[in-house]
Amino acid sequence: MLKPTDTANPEYFHKVVDCQYACPAHTPVPEYIRLIAAERYTDAYMVNWESNVFPGVLGRTCDRPCEPACRRGRIDEEPVAICRLKRVAADNKSSIADRLPPIPEKKNGKRIACIGAGPASLTVARDLMPLGYDIDIYDNQIAGGGMMRSQIPSFRLPLEVLDEEVNYILDMGVTTFFDVEVESLKAMLEKDYDAIFVGTGAPRGKLLKLPGLDEAGDAVHIGIDWLSNVAFDHTDKIGKRVLVLGGGNTAMDCCRTSKRLGGEDVRVVVRSPFADMKASPWEKEDAMHEGIPIYDNHVPKEFVIEDGKMTGMLFEKVEAQYDDNGKRSLVPTGEDPVFMEADDVLMAIGQENAFPWIERDVGVEFGEWDMPVVDRVTFQSTNEKVFFGGDAAFGPENVITAVAQGHQAAVSIDLLLRGESVTDRPSPLTNLLSQKMGVHEWSYDNAVESDERYVVPLAPLDKALSDRKLEVELGFDQSTGYKEAERCLNCDVQTVFEETRCIECDACVDICPTDCITFTANGEEAGLRSRLTGPANNLAQDLYVSEDLPTGRVMVKDEDVCLHCGLCAERCPTTAWDMQKFLYNVSKAGHAA
Amino acid sequence: MSYQIPSFRHPDLPVNDLGYTRADYEGSISTLCAGCGHDSISGSIVKAVHELSIAPHHIAKLSGIGCSSKAPTYFLGKSHGFNSVHGRMPSVVTGAAMANRDLLYLGVSGDGDTASIGMGQFAHAVRRNLNMVYIVMNNGCYGLTKGQDSATADEGSASKKGDPNPFSAIDLPGMALQLGATFVARSFSGDKEQLVPLIKAAISHHGFALIDVISPCVTFNNNPASTKSYEFVREHSEATGTVDFVPMKEEITTRYHAGSPHEVTMHDGSVIHLNKVDENLDPFDRGSAMMTLQRHRDAGQILTGLIYMDRDSRDLHDVLETSQRPLNTLGESDLCPGNKVLQTINASLR
Ligand SMILES: Cc1cc2nc3c(=O)[nH]c(=O)nc-3n(C[C@H](O)[C@H](O)[C@H](O)COP(=O)(O)OP(=O)(O)OC[C@H]3O[C@@H](n4cnc5c(N)ncnc54)[C@H](O)[C@@H]3O)c2cc1C
Ligand SMILES: Cc1ncc(C[n+]2csc(CCOP(=O)(O)OP(=O)(O)O)c2C)c(N)n1
Ligand code: SF4
Ligand code: SF4
Ligand code: SF4
Ligand SMILES: [Mg+2]
Repeated sequence: MLKPTDTANPEYFHKVVDCQYACPAHTPVPEYIRLIAAERYTDAYMVNWESNVFPGVLGRTCDRPCEPACRRGRIDEEPVAICRLKRVAADNKSSIADRLPPIPEKKNGKRIACIGAGPASLTVARDLMPLGYDIDIYDNQIAGGGMMRSQIPSFRLPLEVLDEEVNYILDMGVTTFFDVEVESLKAMLEKDYDAIFVGTGAPRGKLLKLPGLDEAGDAVHIGIDWLSNVAFDHTDKIGKRVLVLGGGNTAMDCCRTSKRLGGEDVRVVVRSPFADMKASPWEKEDAMHEGIPIYDNHVPKEFVIEDGKMTGMLFEKVEAQYDDNGKRSLVPTGEDPVFMEADDVLMAIGQENAFPWIERDVGVEFGEWDMPVVDRVTFQSTNEKVFFGGDAAFGPENVITAVAQGHQAAVSIDLLLRGESVTDRPSPLTNLLSQKMGVHEWSYDNAVESDERYVVPLAPLDKALSDRKLEVELGFDQSTGYKEAERCLNCDVQTVFEETRCIECDACVDICPTDCITFTANGEEAGLRSRLTGPANNLAQDLYVSEDLPTGRVMVKDEDVCLHCGLCAERCPTTAWDMQKFLYNVSKAGHAA
Repeated sequence: MSYQIPSFRHPDLPVNDLGYTRADYEGSISTLCAGCGHDSISGSIVKAVHELSIAPHHIAKLSGIGCSSKAPTYFLGKSHGFNSVHGRMPSVVTGAAMANRDLLYLGVSGDGDTASIGMGQFAHAVRRNLNMVYIVMNNGCYGLTKGQDSATADEGSASKKGDPNPFSAIDLPGMALQLGATFVARSFSGDKEQLVPLIKAAISHHGFALIDVISPCVTFNNNPASTKSYEFVREHSEATGTVDFVPMKEEITTRYHAGSPHEVTMHDGSVIHLNKVDENLDPFDRGSAMMTLQRHRDAGQILTGLIYMDRDSRDLHDVLETSQRPLNTLGESDLCPGNKVLQTINASLR
């Protein structure tokens, strides 16, 4: 027997909002999408800014874990273009100066150091400055933003957009120490900060030590170092023939940047099969669109040196074989090694953390893979004053994860400095509100549009390739943004069932376009799933089960492919169904527990 | 207010033998009141026809006037349809069926449409054993004209705004039995488990098949004093038993053992199995069916399920020895067979 669903537990409805649930920062996605459709761009931007701090940056570069999770992708070919809609809000907003949180003139007397000025540290500062803390940020680069500045190329993320959003935070009165390498945590601790946040990222690029490496000399570059040299104008050209080794997003940025710095024959060479590459499908598409071929199943073997100069590389061809457990091995095909000519080779085969500057006797314990021991909820290390977040905490991830962790670390720091337990986390702020306006009228647009996903227009290829700072994507214009916004199903407008009103007339069962609703005898989940109106094979999606009804049956709703169209509620003669908007906001520092 | 159903359907909808999903059998969005029993019956029709793998263009749905008679717009959107005059659906079906015996005729009517203005038409369709399914969406009132008592309203039952009904009710299954109907069943809009197999059996039946489906009118006749409300019907119905419908193609592998007394091979080769609950009912005996029906009536119960079925039914075409082919397929040579044939006919009359 399944127990009746406890909808008072905020996690139940939260999970129904697939995008928000999948977002590491739990941005209220449908809420801002509706605001975009209503042309309230500034409001839409602020919903984002509160939650993810860098809407303009993320609207262009986010890894978008929300999109594969989007409900629309389960009923339509493609999910809503959630990420690019965020950009519509950022591009069309008006000034937000009057909406930024006030910063107290009188400080609370507590001092915090943030080491690294990437998105994780900046988020900590954003959350704690309005509470009256004094914050010092240290970074070895000349400006804030971390890898958003040094790694993500300008043709994907214009500097103005980054500067604007970094400055909203720095302008809160953060004290910056740029171009400063922090060389000792002990020394930092001795400065008597009340708390230290380590947001130094995963700054070390990996190098493949293959035969010929030494002779190849400066024809071989580490991808992330090279990208950062380009970003800071230390490098402005590359040879005509470039090999980029690796299949992740660094490889994609390296190859596309090479094309803009004089590379003519630029190739990506990767060991794994194309489908297994780490880069997102859209990143691979973007690279190929720019005329960059991807050679998969090629394992680099050696640098070929002639007369003391690198002329290219040798690769061994392999094929992927999978054992019974699905574990992959790359088995040589036995073909002759493949030689590819090259003037330059960029290694984009991964990044590592490196903490040479953290002494091992300052109370910060290190564990597996020489990584600090960090609590996954509080982000506190074994030294109660020292917190980690972003790539520094658990290895390379992405901007939105760094932001989410920054928020949580800020909550912990605030709790610690107020003398409370860091494990006493504040609950999320939630609100459930009926959308009923009249008998059959809703305050949200419940019609479900059938439009296919809109494609973001691009700058002409020849122009884009001749200027490394020219943004490739042009973003949706307002009218396309509106149409794309209308594809959103409003998954936060929940179907709420009130069993005492139901007369079991079946009207909701009959009208539901996607067969979500069933009245049947309760039972074990597997058996119950087999008896539902529509196939209910997606076990990741919950069943909403009511209390017993007068006939002894229960109402079971499979949340999987509900369109949130409200037809069940429109057809219900007794208003046993209602459409109610569920807002869920992760608690930030300063929201009392 | 939504005027359109979203175009999306469940991505894993099962397909039938023709490759169609249930969506291919839907109609447009209902304009009936929210919660109307008629919509559930529409849903059951869609489910039954889809599961039987009948091509939509092989079906003609016909109706008279009333909320119930509007219902065909809300199912089988790709089938033929005829919305006739109040109470006149049976004569339109008669004409159509005579002209084209290859279509499945699905008549949909209301209790007003059938038991008041259309009573005469109904009686003759039954009596002639027209090969059709006749579904009455029976709510005990004239829903479309704002809920006046109909001729099927039980004595003493009161609608939302009305006084207790002083007249005795017409019991359509009882009447149909009296008139010689060859398939009689009753069901409830709120019980799809019973209704869907009954619709399938009615479709497979060769001859006139009546299903009287009690279908609450939520707006005018779903109040506590009404005997056609969801609650009253749920509390007072008694099923004759359950019906399992086994389409012909599955028969070979079915687990039922052949020759059991409660198993009927239908005209089209499919089989229905009756799992009887009421031991006193012999559904193949008209007298027993009439007695059982009356007994339940006397006890204030509503008898549902398959009530009677004639296994040797001969429909109007059989009796009249009509053309085996639809008239629209007859060509000139069929219709004007020439002088030689005429001479033979003439000779036979001398
Ligand atoms: C090529 C490339 C492309 C990427 N593209 C995307 C993308 O499109 N979308 C996305 O979401 N993510 C992307 N990422 C990942 C993303 O940039 C990081 O996950 C994110 O920036 C991590 O944020 P952070 O705050 O943890 O640290 P970082 O952004 O790495 O910031 C750490 C900062 O600390 C500084 N620092 C380190 N050690 C010291 C020290 N000892 N003293 C002083 N300063 C120090 C570093 O120089 C750096 O400025 C990409 C990464 C790379 C390499
Ligand atoms: C010839 C004629 N007489 C009267 C009417 C008015 N009228 C319309 S619907 C209806 C009764 C319908 O009742 P029922 O068949 O039970 O359908 P319901 O609306 O209850 O489903 C009547 C009397 C009419 N349309 N035509
Ligand atoms: S909102 Fe109601 S009718 Fe619409 S898809 Fe969801 S359950 Fe079905
Ligand atoms: S439409 Fe309303 S009253 Fe009817 S079964 Fe559904 S929830 Fe219950
Ligand atoms: S008036 Fe009654 S019969 Fe007509 S649609 Fe409404 S509920 Fe159904
Ligand atoms: Mg009626």
